[in-house]
Amino acid sequence: MSFNMTDQDQITNRSESAQGGKAVIEIKDLYKSFGDNHVLNGFNMTLMEGENLVVMGKSGSGKSVMIKCLVGLVKPDSGTVKVLGKEINSLDQQNLDELRSDIGFLFQGSALYDSMTVRENLEFPMRRHKEKLGVVADTEPLVREALENVGLAHTMDLMPVELSGGMKRRVALARTLILKPKVMLYDEPTSGLDPITSKEIIELMRSIQKKYGTSSLIITHDVDCARVISERMILLVDGINYAEGTYSQLSQSTDPKVDAFFKK
Amino acid sequence: MGETSTLFKGVKEFFIEIGDLSHFAARFFKEVLKPPFEFKELLRQCYQMGNRSLILVTVTGFIIGLVLTLQSRPTLIQFGAVSWMPNMVGISIVREIGPVITALICAGRIASGIGAELGSMRVTEQIDAMEVSGTNPFKYLVITRIMATTLMLPILVIYGDLVALYGSALVENLKGDVSFQLYFNTVFDALSFSDLVPATIKSFFFGFAIGLVGCYKGYYSKKGTAGVGVAANTAVVMASLLLFVIDFIAVFISDIFYEL
Repeated sequence: MSFNMTDQDQITNRSESAQGGKAVIEIKDLYKSFGDNHVLNGFNMTLMEGENLVVMGKSGSGKSVMIKCLVGLVKPDSGTVKVLGKEINSLDQQNLDELRSDIGFLFQGSALYDSMTVRENLEFPMRRHKEKLGVVADTEPLVREALENVGLAHTMDLMPVELSGGMKRRVALARTLILKPKVMLYDEPTSGLDPITSKEIIELMRSIQKKYGTSSLIITHDVDCARVISERMILLVDGINYAEGTYSQLSQSTDPKVDAFFKK
Repeated sequence: MGETSTLFKGVKEFFIEIGDLSHFAARFFKEVLKPPFEFKELLRQCYQMGNRSLILVTVTGFIIGLVLTLQSRPTLIQFGAVSWMPNMVGISIVREIGPVITALICAGRIASGIGAELGSMRVTEQIDAMEVSGTNPFKYLVITRIMATTLMLPILVIYGDLVALYGSALVENLKGDVSFQLYFNTVFDALSFSDLVPATIKSFFFGFAIGLVGCYKGYYSKKGTAGVGVAANTAVVMASLLLFVIDFIAVFISDIFYEL
Protein backbone atom coordinates (compact mmCIF):
# COMPACT_ATOMS: atom_id res chain seq x y z
CA MET A 1 0.00 0.00 0.00
CA SER A 2 1.28 3.42 -0.84
CA PHE A 3 0.16 4.87 2.50
CA ASN A 4 1.59 2.19 4.75
CA MET A 5 4.08 3.80 7.09
CA THR A 6 6.56 2.11 9.29
CA ASP A 7 9.39 4.57 9.17
CA GLN A 8 9.07 7.65 11.35
CA ASP A 9 11.19 9.85 9.08
CA GLN A 10 8.89 9.19 6.18
CA ILE A 11 5.89 10.20 8.26
CA THR A 12 7.54 13.37 9.49
CA ASN A 13 8.77 14.39 6.06
CA ARG A 14 5.43 13.85 4.41
CA SER A 15 3.53 15.65 7.14
CA GLU A 16 5.88 18.59 7.12
CA SER A 17 5.64 19.00 3.39
CA ALA A 18 1.87 18.66 3.52
CA GLN A 19 1.35 21.08 6.34
CA GLY A 20 4.40 23.25 6.07
CA GLY A 21 4.35 23.63 9.87
CA LYS A 22 6.21 22.26 12.82
CA ALA A 23 5.46 19.14 14.79
CA VAL A 24 3.62 19.68 18.09
CA ILE A 25 3.56 16.00 19.04
CA GLU A 26 6.17 13.43 18.09
CA ILE A 27 6.07 9.80 19.15
CA LYS A 28 8.95 7.52 18.24
CA ASP A 29 9.11 3.75 18.80
CA LEU A 30 6.63 3.70 21.65
CA TYR A 31 6.40 0.40 23.53
CA LYS A 32 4.06 -0.38 26.39
CA SER A 33 3.09 -3.72 27.93
CA PHE A 34 0.86 -4.69 30.83
CA GLY A 35 2.24 -8.04 31.94
CA ASP A 36 2.07 -10.34 28.92
CA ASN A 37 -0.24 -7.98 27.07
CA HIS A 38 1.89 -6.03 24.61
CA VAL A 39 -0.28 -3.02 23.85
CA LEU A 40 2.08 -0.77 21.90
CA ASN A 41 4.84 -2.34 19.82
CA GLY A 42 6.83 0.53 18.36
CA PHE A 43 4.14 3.08 17.59
CA ASN A 44 5.19 6.21 15.69
CA MET A 45 3.22 9.37 15.12
CA THR A 46 3.61 13.07 14.39
CA LEU A 47 0.96 15.75 14.83
CA MET A 48 1.63 18.97 12.96
CA GLU A 49 0.68 22.46 14.12
CA GLY A 50 -2.97 23.26 13.33
CA GLU A 51 -3.66 19.72 12.12
CA ASN A 52 -6.58 17.42 12.94
CA LEU A 53 -5.19 13.91 13.19
CA VAL A 54 -7.42 10.92 13.89
CA VAL A 55 -6.02 7.69 15.33
CA MET A 56 -8.40 4.79 14.80
CA GLY A 57 -8.21 1.35 16.26
CA LYS A 58 -10.33 -1.44 17.68
CA SER A 59 -11.32 -1.46 21.33
CA GLY A 60 -8.34 -2.54 23.40
CA SER A 61 -5.87 -1.71 20.64
CA GLY A 62 -3.97 0.74 22.86
CA LYS A 63 -5.37 4.08 21.64
CA SER A 64 -6.18 5.33 25.14
CA VAL A 65 -2.84 4.09 26.49
CA MET A 66 -1.06 5.98 23.72
CA ILE A 67 -2.94 9.22 24.37
CA LYS A 68 -2.31 8.90 28.13
CA CYS A 69 1.42 8.57 27.42
CA LEU A 70 1.22 12.04 25.86
CA VAL A 71 0.26 13.68 29.16
CA GLY A 72 2.37 11.50 31.42
CA LEU A 73 -0.55 9.54 32.88
CA VAL A 74 1.01 6.31 31.62
CA LYS A 75 4.76 5.74 31.54
CA PRO A 76 5.92 3.94 28.39
CA ASP A 77 8.33 1.00 28.60
CA SER A 78 10.49 2.60 25.92
CA GLY A 79 10.38 5.17 23.15
CA THR A 80 10.24 8.95 23.08
CA VAL A 81 7.21 11.18 23.44
CA LYS A 82 7.70 14.86 22.65
CA VAL A 83 4.92 17.38 23.14
CA LEU A 84 5.52 21.00 22.12
CA GLY A 85 9.20 20.17 21.84
CA LYS A 86 9.53 18.75 25.35
CA GLU A 87 10.30 15.13 26.13
CA ILE A 88 7.50 14.13 28.52
CA ASN A 89 9.36 11.40 30.36
CA SER A 90 12.34 13.57 31.27
CA LEU A 91 10.29 16.41 32.81
CA ASP A 92 10.07 16.90 36.56
CA GLN A 93 6.62 17.29 38.13
CA GLN A 94 6.61 21.10 38.02
CA ASN A 95 7.58 21.29 34.35
CA LEU A 96 5.19 18.49 33.49
CA ASP A 97 2.31 20.39 35.15
CA GLU A 98 3.33 23.53 33.27
CA LEU A 99 3.33 21.66 29.97
CA ARG A 100 -0.03 20.06 30.80
CA SER A 101 -1.60 23.53 30.93
CA ASP A 102 -0.92 23.75 27.17
CA ILE A 103 -2.62 20.42 26.56
CA GLY A 104 -6.39 20.05 26.69
CA PHE A 105 -7.59 16.52 27.39
CA LEU A 106 -11.20 15.51 26.80
CA PHE A 107 -11.78 12.22 28.58
CA GLN A 108 -13.98 9.47 27.21
CA GLY A 109 -16.59 9.75 29.96
CA SER A 110 -16.20 13.54 30.37
CA ALA A 111 -14.62 13.04 33.86
CA LEU A 112 -16.45 15.97 35.45
CA TYR A 113 -15.95 16.15 39.23
CA ASP A 114 -19.21 14.83 40.69
CA SER A 115 -18.99 16.73 43.96
CA MET A 116 -18.52 20.13 42.31
CA THR A 117 -20.84 22.42 40.38
CA VAL A 118 -20.17 23.20 36.73
CA ARG A 119 -18.64 26.52 37.81
CA GLU A 120 -16.30 24.79 40.31
CA ASN A 121 -15.38 22.21 37.67
CA LEU A 122 -14.24 25.00 35.37
CA GLU A 123 -12.47 26.91 38.13
CA PHE A 124 -10.55 23.84 39.27
CA PRO A 125 -7.83 23.81 36.53
CA MET A 126 -7.20 27.54 37.14
CA ARG A 127 -6.00 26.93 40.73
CA ARG A 128 -2.56 25.76 39.65
CA HIS A 129 -2.06 27.93 36.58
CA LYS A 130 -2.56 31.45 37.88
CA GLU A 131 0.73 32.60 36.34
CA LYS A 132 -0.39 31.56 32.88
CA LEU A 133 -3.76 33.27 33.23
CA GLY A 134 -2.42 36.34 35.03
CA VAL A 135 -3.86 37.54 38.31
CA VAL A 136 -7.51 36.57 38.18
CA ALA A 137 -9.45 38.00 41.09
CA ASP A 138 -12.83 37.19 39.60
CA THR A 139 -12.94 33.94 37.66
CA GLU A 140 -16.57 34.32 36.61
CA PRO A 141 -15.91 36.09 33.25
CA LEU A 142 -13.48 33.32 32.23
CA VAL A 143 -15.89 30.58 33.27
CA ARG A 144 -18.78 32.32 31.51
CA GLU A 145 -16.75 32.76 28.30
CA ALA A 146 -15.72 29.09 28.28
CA LEU A 147 -19.30 27.98 28.85
CA GLU A 148 -20.63 30.37 26.21
CA ASN A 149 -18.22 28.80 23.73
CA VAL A 150 -20.02 25.50 24.18
CA GLY A 151 -23.48 27.06 24.50
CA LEU A 152 -24.04 26.15 28.16
CA ALA A 153 -23.67 29.41 30.10
CA HIS A 154 -26.98 28.71 31.87
CA THR A 155 -25.66 25.53 33.52
CA MET A 156 -23.06 27.30 35.65
CA ASP A 157 -24.60 26.44 39.01
CA LEU A 158 -25.85 22.96 38.15
CA MET A 159 -24.25 19.74 39.36
CA PRO A 160 -22.88 17.30 36.74
CA VAL A 161 -25.57 14.77 37.67
CA GLU A 162 -28.20 17.25 36.41
CA LEU A 163 -26.66 17.34 32.91
CA SER A 164 -27.29 15.02 29.95
CA GLY A 165 -24.42 13.02 28.40
CA GLY A 166 -23.97 15.53 25.58
CA MET A 167 -24.03 18.48 27.98
CA LYS A 168 -21.43 16.81 30.19
CA ARG A 169 -19.17 16.33 27.19
CA ARG A 170 -19.56 20.03 26.27
CA VAL A 171 -18.86 21.19 29.82
CA ALA A 172 -15.78 18.95 29.87
CA LEU A 173 -14.71 20.59 26.63
CA ALA A 174 -15.23 24.03 28.19
CA ARG A 175 -13.10 22.93 31.16
CA THR A 176 -10.22 21.98 28.88
CA LEU A 177 -10.52 25.28 26.97
CA ILE A 178 -10.34 27.48 30.04
CA LEU A 179 -6.53 27.26 30.10
CA LYS A 180 -6.38 28.09 26.36
CA PRO A 181 -4.42 24.97 25.33
CA LYS A 182 -2.29 24.73 22.21
CA VAL A 183 -2.98 21.03 21.68
CA MET A 184 -6.29 19.23 22.17
CA LEU A 185 -6.43 15.51 22.85
CA TYR A 186 -9.83 13.87 22.44
CA ASP A 187 -10.32 10.34 23.77
CA GLU A 188 -13.39 8.89 22.04
CA PRO A 189 -15.24 12.24 21.98
CA THR A 190 -18.47 10.77 20.60
CA SER A 191 -18.63 7.46 22.43
CA GLY A 192 -21.91 6.81 24.22
CA LEU A 193 -23.69 9.69 22.48
CA ASP A 194 -26.60 9.54 20.05
CA PRO A 195 -25.87 10.46 16.38
CA ILE A 196 -27.33 13.98 16.66
CA THR A 197 -25.38 14.85 19.80
CA SER A 198 -22.26 13.28 18.26
CA LYS A 199 -22.65 15.63 15.28
CA GLU A 200 -23.00 18.61 17.63
CA ILE A 201 -19.82 17.62 19.48
CA ILE A 202 -17.91 17.20 16.21
CA GLU A 203 -19.11 20.63 15.03
CA LEU A 204 -18.03 22.09 18.35
CA MET A 205 -14.58 20.52 18.00
CA ARG A 206 -14.22 22.05 14.54
CA SER A 207 -15.35 25.50 15.65
CA ILE A 208 -12.95 25.38 18.62
CA GLN A 209 -10.09 24.52 16.32
CA LYS A 210 -10.97 27.45 14.06
CA LYS A 211 -11.39 29.89 16.95
CA TYR A 212 -8.30 28.95 18.98
CA GLY A 213 -6.09 27.53 16.21
CA THR A 214 -5.37 24.38 18.23
CA SER A 215 -3.85 21.18 16.92
CA SER A 216 -6.07 18.19 17.62
CA LEU A 217 -5.40 14.50 18.13
CA ILE A 218 -8.61 12.52 18.11
CA ILE A 219 -8.79 8.92 19.26
CA THR A 220 -11.89 7.18 18.02
CA HIS A 221 -13.42 4.08 16.51
CA ASP A 222 -16.31 6.13 15.10
CA VAL A 223 -15.81 6.13 11.33
CA ASP A 224 -18.30 8.98 10.79
CA CYS A 225 -16.47 11.15 13.29
CA ALA A 226 -13.16 10.36 11.57
CA ARG A 227 -14.59 11.17 8.13
CA VAL A 228 -15.90 14.57 9.17
CA ILE A 229 -13.04 15.80 11.30
CA SER A 230 -9.82 14.19 10.08
CA GLU A 231 -7.26 15.77 7.82
CA ARG A 232 -5.07 12.73 8.22
CA MET A 233 -5.64 9.32 9.80
CA ILE A 234 -3.54 6.63 11.40
CA LEU A 235 -4.82 3.12 11.90
CA LEU A 236 -3.47 1.52 15.06
CA VAL A 237 -3.35 -2.24 14.62
CA ASP A 238 -1.35 -4.72 16.72
CA GLY A 239 0.31 -1.84 18.56
CA ILE A 240 1.82 -0.21 15.49
CA ASN A 241 0.74 2.50 13.06
CA TYR A 242 -0.42 -0.01 10.48
CA ALA A 243 -1.67 2.46 7.88
CA GLU A 244 -1.71 6.19 7.38
CA GLY A 245 -3.36 8.54 4.94
CA THR A 246 -6.41 10.68 4.35
CA TYR A 247 -9.90 9.29 4.97
CA SER A 248 -10.56 8.76 1.26
CA GLN A 249 -7.22 6.99 0.76
CA LEU A 250 -7.79 4.61 3.62
CA SER A 251 -11.45 3.96 2.89
CA GLN A 252 -10.53 2.75 -0.61
CA SER A 253 -7.89 0.37 0.62
CA THR A 254 -8.09 -3.29 -0.30
CA ASP A 255 -6.00 -4.39 2.68
CA PRO A 256 -8.35 -6.56 4.77
CA LYS A 257 -7.19 -5.08 8.09
CA VAL A 258 -7.79 -1.53 6.85
CA ASP A 259 -10.99 -2.42 5.04
CA ALA A 260 -12.40 -3.92 8.27
CA PHE A 261 -12.63 -0.43 9.78
CA PHE A 262 -14.68 1.02 6.94
CA LYS A 263 -17.05 -1.88 6.25
CA LYS A 264 -20.62 -0.93 7.13
CA MET B 1 -2.44 -29.91 46.43
CA GLY B 2 -5.03 -27.47 45.06
CA GLU B 3 -5.96 -26.32 48.57
CA THR B 4 -2.30 -25.80 49.48
CA SER B 5 -1.66 -23.66 46.41
CA THR B 6 -4.84 -21.63 47.09
CA LEU B 7 -3.71 -21.09 50.67
CA PHE B 8 -0.22 -20.13 49.50
CA LYS B 9 -1.72 -17.69 46.97
CA GLY B 10 -3.94 -16.19 49.68
CA VAL B 11 -1.02 -15.70 52.07
CA LYS B 12 1.06 -14.19 49.28
CA GLU B 13 -1.74 -11.78 48.34
CA PHE B 14 -2.15 -10.82 52.01
CA PHE B 15 1.50 -9.86 52.32
CA ILE B 16 1.43 -8.00 48.98
CA GLU B 17 -1.58 -6.05 50.27
CA ILE B 18 0.24 -5.20 53.51
CA GLY B 19 3.29 -4.10 51.48
CA ASP B 20 1.20 -1.91 49.19
CA LEU B 21 -0.65 -0.36 52.13
CA SER B 22 2.68 0.39 53.86
CA HIS B 23 3.97 1.96 50.64
CA PHE B 24 0.81 4.07 50.45
CA ALA B 25 1.29 5.18 54.08
CA ALA B 26 4.94 6.03 53.35
CA ARG B 27 3.83 8.20 50.43
CA PHE B 28 1.41 9.99 52.77
CA PHE B 29 4.23 10.85 55.22
CA LYS B 30 6.47 11.89 52.34
CA GLU B 31 3.94 14.30 50.85
CA VAL B 32 2.00 15.56 53.88
CA LEU B 33 4.48 18.30 54.77
CA LYS B 34 5.28 19.35 51.20
CA PRO B 35 3.48 22.43 49.82
CA PRO B 36 1.03 23.23 48.30
CA PHE B 37 -1.36 22.57 51.18
CA GLU B 38 -5.02 22.04 50.49
CA PHE B 39 -6.43 23.72 53.63
CA LYS B 40 -9.81 24.53 52.13
CA GLU B 41 -10.40 20.92 51.10
CA LEU B 42 -9.12 19.70 54.50
CA LEU B 43 -11.67 21.88 56.30
CA ARG B 44 -14.41 20.69 53.97
CA GLN B 45 -13.50 17.05 54.65
CA CYS B 46 -13.36 17.66 58.43
CA TYR B 47 -16.82 19.18 58.29
CA GLN B 48 -18.18 16.38 56.09
CA MET B 49 -16.77 13.59 58.24
CA GLY B 50 -17.63 15.13 61.59
CA ASN B 51 -21.04 16.35 60.63
CA ARG B 52 -22.13 13.23 58.79
CA SER B 53 -21.08 10.90 61.61
CA LEU B 54 -22.53 12.97 64.45
CA ILE B 55 -26.06 11.51 64.54
CA LEU B 56 -24.78 7.95 64.27
CA VAL B 57 -22.26 8.49 67.07
CA THR B 58 -24.91 10.19 69.23
CA VAL B 59 -27.44 7.37 68.88
CA THR B 60 -24.88 4.58 69.29
CA GLY B 61 -23.14 6.24 72.24
CA PHE B 62 -26.40 6.87 74.06
CA ILE B 63 -27.60 3.29 73.58
CA ILE B 64 -24.22 1.81 74.62
CA GLY B 65 -24.28 3.82 77.88
CA LEU B 66 -27.87 2.85 78.52
CA VAL B 67 -27.42 -0.85 77.81
CA LEU B 68 -24.12 -1.18 79.65
CA THR B 69 -25.69 0.27 82.80
CA LEU B 70 -28.89 -1.77 82.53
CA GLN B 71 -26.94 -5.01 82.00
CA SER B 72 -24.42 -4.40 84.79
CA ARG B 73 -26.90 -3.18 87.39
CA PRO B 74 -28.38 -6.55 88.53
CA THR B 75 -24.92 -8.09 89.02
CA LEU B 76 -23.60 -5.08 90.93
CA ILE B 77 -26.74 -5.07 93.13
CA GLN B 78 -26.18 -8.77 93.83
CA PHE B 79 -22.68 -8.01 95.14
CA GLY B 80 -23.80 -4.80 96.92
CA ALA B 81 -21.54 -2.75 94.68
CA VAL B 82 -24.06 -0.64 92.80
CA SER B 83 -22.37 2.53 94.05
CA TRP B 84 -19.40 1.53 91.88
CA MET B 85 -21.53 1.82 88.75
CA PRO B 86 -20.31 5.31 87.66
CA ASN B 87 -16.67 4.27 88.17
CA MET B 88 -17.06 1.02 86.26
CA VAL B 89 -19.05 2.49 83.36
CA GLY B 90 -16.90 5.63 83.20
CA ILE B 91 -13.59 3.78 83.02
CA SER B 92 -14.80 1.10 80.61
CA ILE B 93 -16.35 3.67 78.26
CA VAL B 94 -13.44 6.12 78.26
CA ARG B 95 -10.68 3.52 78.07
CA GLU B 96 -12.10 0.96 75.68
CA ILE B 97 -15.74 0.86 74.65
CA GLY B 98 -16.06 4.49 73.52
CA PRO B 99 -12.99 4.64 71.26
CA VAL B 100 -13.49 1.16 69.77
CA ILE B 101 -17.23 1.44 69.11
CA THR B 102 -16.96 4.97 67.69
CA ALA B 103 -14.04 3.90 65.50
CA LEU B 104 -15.94 0.85 64.24
CA ILE B 105 -18.96 2.99 63.38
CA CYS B 106 -16.71 5.44 61.56
CA ALA B 107 -14.97 2.58 59.76
CA GLY B 108 -18.37 1.52 58.42
CA ARG B 109 -19.51 5.04 57.69
CA ILE B 110 -16.36 6.87 56.60
CA ALA B 111 -13.98 4.20 55.23
CA SER B 112 -16.68 2.79 52.95
CA GLY B 113 -17.66 6.31 51.87
CA ILE B 114 -14.09 7.25 51.01
CA GLY B 115 -13.50 3.90 49.28
CA ALA B 116 -16.62 4.28 47.14
CA GLU B 117 -16.03 7.96 46.35
CA LEU B 118 -12.39 7.62 45.32
CA GLY B 119 -13.11 4.31 43.56
CA SER B 120 -15.81 5.96 41.51
CA MET B 121 -13.49 8.89 40.75
CA ARG B 122 -10.80 6.45 39.58
CA VAL B 123 -13.18 4.48 37.36
CA THR B 124 -14.67 7.61 35.75
CA GLU B 125 -11.18 9.07 35.15
CA GLN B 126 -11.80 12.05 37.47
CA ILE B 127 -8.48 11.36 39.22
CA ASP B 128 -6.70 11.36 35.84
CA ALA B 129 -8.48 14.60 34.91
CA MET B 130 -7.29 16.15 38.16
CA GLU B 131 -3.70 15.12 37.44
CA VAL B 132 -3.85 16.47 33.88
CA SER B 133 -5.15 19.80 35.22
CA GLY B 134 -1.95 20.18 37.26
CA THR B 135 -3.36 19.26 40.68
CA ASN B 136 -1.70 16.44 42.58
CA PRO B 137 -4.67 14.11 43.26
CA PHE B 138 -2.81 12.36 46.08
CA LYS B 139 -2.50 15.67 47.92
CA TYR B 140 -5.98 16.92 47.11
CA LEU B 141 -7.91 13.70 47.68
CA VAL B 142 -5.84 11.38 49.87
CA ILE B 143 -3.90 13.60 52.25
CA THR B 144 -6.90 15.79 53.05
CA ARG B 145 -9.08 12.77 53.82
CA ILE B 146 -6.51 10.97 55.97
CA MET B 147 -5.80 14.19 57.88
CA ALA B 148 -9.51 14.81 58.34
CA THR B 149 -10.21 11.34 59.77
CA THR B 150 -7.12 11.55 62.00
CA LEU B 151 -8.22 14.91 63.42
CA MET B 152 -11.95 14.25 63.63
CA LEU B 153 -12.03 10.78 65.17
CA PRO B 154 -10.66 11.82 68.61
CA ILE B 155 -13.28 14.60 68.71
CA LEU B 156 -16.02 12.15 67.81
CA VAL B 157 -14.71 9.68 70.42
CA ILE B 158 -14.78 12.31 73.20
CA TYR B 159 -18.26 13.37 72.12
CA GLY B 160 -19.41 9.73 71.96
CA ASP B 161 -17.98 9.07 75.45
CA LEU B 162 -19.92 12.02 76.89
CA VAL B 163 -23.16 10.90 75.25
CA ALA B 164 -22.64 7.32 76.51
CA LEU B 165 -22.02 8.61 80.04
CA TYR B 166 -25.17 10.68 79.78
CA GLY B 167 -27.13 7.54 78.79
CA SER B 168 -25.68 5.70 81.76
CA ALA B 169 -26.43 8.63 84.10
CA LEU B 170 -30.02 8.65 82.87
CA VAL B 171 -30.51 4.99 83.87
CA GLU B 172 -28.90 5.59 87.25
CA ASN B 173 -31.07 8.67 87.74
CA LEU B 174 -34.29 6.83 86.89
CA LYS B 175 -33.54 3.48 88.56
CA GLY B 176 -31.12 4.34 91.32
CA ASP B 177 -32.20 7.82 92.19
CA VAL B 178 -28.68 9.19 91.63
CA SER B 179 -28.52 12.83 90.57
CA PHE B 180 -26.70 13.73 87.32
CA GLN B 181 -24.26 15.92 89.26
CA LEU B 182 -23.35 13.13 91.69
CA TYR B 183 -23.01 10.64 88.83
CA PHE B 184 -20.66 12.84 86.79
CA ASN B 185 -18.67 13.91 89.88
CA THR B 186 -18.08 10.23 90.70
CA VAL B 187 -17.12 9.44 87.09
CA PHE B 188 -14.60 12.28 86.84
CA ASP B 189 -13.15 11.40 90.26
CA ALA B 190 -12.62 7.84 89.10
CA LEU B 191 -10.95 8.83 85.84
CA SER B 192 -7.28 9.61 85.83
CA PHE B 193 -4.78 11.06 83.37
CA SER B 194 -3.64 7.53 82.49
CA ASP B 195 -7.19 6.65 81.40
CA LEU B 196 -7.71 9.64 79.14
CA VAL B 197 -4.34 10.03 77.41
CA PRO B 198 -3.86 6.50 75.98
CA ALA B 199 -7.49 6.47 74.81
CA THR B 200 -7.10 9.81 73.03
CA ILE B 201 -3.77 8.84 71.43
CA LYS B 202 -5.32 5.54 70.35
CA SER B 203 -8.18 7.47 68.69
CA PHE B 204 -5.73 9.40 66.50
CA PHE B 205 -4.30 6.10 65.25
CA PHE B 206 -7.82 4.73 64.68
CA GLY B 207 -8.67 7.81 62.61
CA PHE B 208 -5.46 7.51 60.62
CA ALA B 209 -6.12 3.81 59.91
CA ILE B 210 -9.70 4.48 58.77
CA GLY B 211 -8.63 7.25 56.39
CA LEU B 212 -5.61 5.34 55.14
CA VAL B 213 -7.48 2.14 54.31
CA GLY B 214 -10.46 3.96 52.77
CA CYS B 215 -8.20 6.04 50.55
CA TYR B 216 -5.94 3.12 49.64
CA LYS B 217 -8.84 0.91 48.57
CA GLY B 218 -10.56 3.68 46.61
CA TYR B 219 -7.46 5.20 45.02
CA TYR B 220 -6.34 1.88 43.54
CA SER B 221 -9.82 0.64 42.70
CA LYS B 222 -9.95 -1.45 39.51
CA LYS B 223 -12.34 -3.44 37.35
CA GLY B 224 -14.96 -0.80 36.60
CA THR B 225 -18.09 -0.16 38.63
CA ALA B 226 -17.91 -3.59 40.27
CA GLY B 227 -14.53 -2.53 41.62
CA VAL B 228 -16.13 0.46 43.37
CA GLY B 229 -18.36 -1.86 45.41
CA VAL B 230 -15.41 -4.11 46.19
CA ALA B 231 -13.35 -1.07 47.27
CA ALA B 232 -16.09 0.14 49.63
CA ASN B 233 -16.66 -3.31 51.07
CA THR B 234 -13.03 -4.29 51.58
CA ALA B 235 -12.26 -0.86 53.02
CA VAL B 236 -14.69 -1.53 55.89
CA VAL B 237 -13.41 -5.07 56.52
CA MET B 238 -9.74 -4.09 56.37
CA ALA B 239 -10.21 -0.94 58.47
CA SER B 240 -12.17 -2.84 61.14
CA LEU B 241 -9.49 -5.54 61.38
CA LEU B 242 -6.77 -2.92 61.55
CA LEU B 243 -8.62 -1.14 64.38
CA PHE B 244 -8.52 -4.28 66.53
CA VAL B 245 -4.83 -4.78 65.79
CA ILE B 246 -4.11 -1.15 66.76
CA ASP B 247 -6.27 -1.53 69.86
CA PHE B 248 -4.35 -4.63 70.93
CA ILE B 249 -1.00 -2.87 70.42
CA ALA B 250 -2.23 0.26 72.25
CA VAL B 251 -3.51 -1.72 75.24
CA PHE B 252 -0.30 -3.77 75.31
CA ILE B 253 1.88 -0.63 75.33
CA SER B 254 -0.24 1.22 77.92
CA ASP B 255 -0.15 -1.90 80.13
CA ILE B 256 3.65 -1.75 80.11
CA PHE B 257 3.48 1.88 81.28
CA TYR B 258 1.01 1.00 84.06
CA GLU B 259 3.35 -1.68 85.34
CA LEU B 260 6.34 0.68 85.47
